Amino acid sequence: MTQQQALYKYSLRLGDNALILSARLSEWCSNAPFLEEDLALTNMALDLIGRAQAMLKYAGEVDGNGKTEDDLAYRRSEREYYNNLIMELPNGDFAYTMVRQLFVSTFELFFFEELQKSTDATLAAIGAKTLKEVKYHHLHAKDWVIRLGDGTAESNRRVQQAVNQLWMYTGELFEMDGTDALLMKDGIAVNAEHLKMGWIQMVTQILALANIELPADGYMQTGSRMGIHTEHLGHILSEMQYLQRAYPDATW
Amino acid sequence: MEQAQETLLREFEEKIECGFAIEPKDKMPAGYRKHLVRQMSQHAHSEVIGMQPEGNWVTRAPSLRAKQILLAKIQDEGGHGLYLYSAAETLGVSRDELIEQLHTGKAKYSNIFNYPALSWADIGAIGWLVDGAAIVNQVSLQRTSYGPYSRAMVRICKEESFHQRQGYEIMAKMMAGTADQKAMAQDAMNRWWWPSLMMFGPHDSDSPHTGDAFRWKIKRHSNDELRQKFIDKTVQQAEVIGLTIPDKDLKWNEEKKCYDHGEINWEEFYRVIGGDGPCNKQRMEHHIRVHNEGAWVREAAEAYSAKQQYSKNA
Repeated sequence: MTQQQALYKYSLRLGDNALILSARLSEWCSNAPFLEEDLALTNMALDLIGRAQAMLKYAGEVDGNGKTEDDLAYRRSEREYYNNLIMELPNGDFAYTMVRQLFVSTFELFFFEELQKSTDATLAAIGAKTLKEVKYHHLHAKDWVIRLGDGTAESNRRVQQAVNQLWMYTGELFEMDGTDALLMKDGIAVNAEHLKMGWIQMVTQILALANIELPADGYMQTGSRMGIHTEHLGHILSEMQYLQRAYPDATW
Repeated sequence: MEQAQETLLREFEEKIECGFAIEPKDKMPAGYRKHLVRQMSQHAHSEVIGMQPEGNWVTRAPSLRAKQILLAKIQDEGGHGLYLYSAAETLGVSRDELIEQLHTGKAKYSNIFNYPALSWADIGAIGWLVDGAAIVNQVSLQRTSYGPYSRAMVRICKEESFHQRQGYEIMAKMMAGTADQKAMAQDAMNRWWWPSLMMFGPHDSDSPHTGDAFRWKIKRHSNDELRQKFIDKTVQQAEVIGLTIPDKDLKWNEEKKCYDHGEINWEEFYRVIGGDGPCNKQRMEHHIRVHNEGAWVREAAEAYSAKQQYSKNA
């Protein structure tokens, strides 16, 4: 693997994470528990689309095959996608969506803090911009997880259930492979494994405030680094890519 | 007592006559308040229900940019719903009550959202025609006599003109595209044109609420005047991109300097308003279902905030 190939894959991975989570969050549009939250969830989805655009555009430039961000988003199949599995899981109830957001945004808080120091100027710039947005996402998710965890018996039960169900998808966030190793040598990529302690501490603290028990460390599901996903990703893509695939000659 | 009422009404109408805005704490006749609550809540509900047909295409938007624009637009509509609910609350009615009235069928929303969004071109048609028609009405409402409503309209109009441009851009792009895209755009035009004209309501001769609304300057232009304005600006826009208006009787009237149009299908209009349209049940069931599914979240938020309050006071 050359550095160029690694950088391409790394940017794709970051772009795919944003793209697929934005797809899920945007499904809340006109489906949220009340109007203000409908707008908040859409806002996060919009931030993530912007990030996906920037990352995929850069991936296309690095690859040098003249592919645009739309080509990469709309013309790749499931096995060519590299987002973490947690991003593609169906929304579940509002507690599930907020717990997923808390797990992801807490990770991203640490991740983009580091990525903004990348020796790659583009990744550093996107990282700095993203960090500002992620701070809001994190705050929003944290407030809701605490509010719901410490709200009623029902809301507490729902948050606990979401935490238990999502836990096995959190390990993958910190996974690294040859791509990361190659790019880390030159200070381009973030050492994700190093972020794990900070993440655990922060999540533990927030869940304690929410009266939620931390699950025991157990089996962690993996696969996305090799493009092996859950059954859910294919459905996201078949909806998202429908017009581009059905009318390949059209521009929109 | 009756005399006092009459004096109040006379003073109120003089104030309106002189062009003063009415503010929430001002005295106002019960009929004025009632008319405004009905109109503003209908307007707010329309913004919110209108999120559904557009929301139907969020996951299928054909490019990242298209998705971004569509989501931002729907978000604006939700924001408009919020301002309007808040403006209606200044008249002493809560958002919960207004939503309750929507669910029981006491309050209405714009009939146009009882039609389905079937292809991507419908997203163009909704922005261009539906928002285009709404703007004509809303521009006129910027000078409505109730202060909070008029101020909400000023803000809303700025965003609506962006919506109309995005809708037109989708249509223009499709009309410059492949044969399939052109057919989709024309099909959307055919399905949305007449319902858009119906958005302005019955002919002036058949409009039930018109009298008081004019005297109290809630309404400043008639249904037919506004409809004509919409037709005149839209026909040319359609021609520029090669779309045909589905009205064989449409022609320029040199004498009146405006377009004559064919007869609107009022039977369809009253039928759909009465509940028998393609999506009436779907839209309402969706809103009720989502509202009910969110009940536990709202209860939890209230319970949490009550606990916080309690520990602050303890």
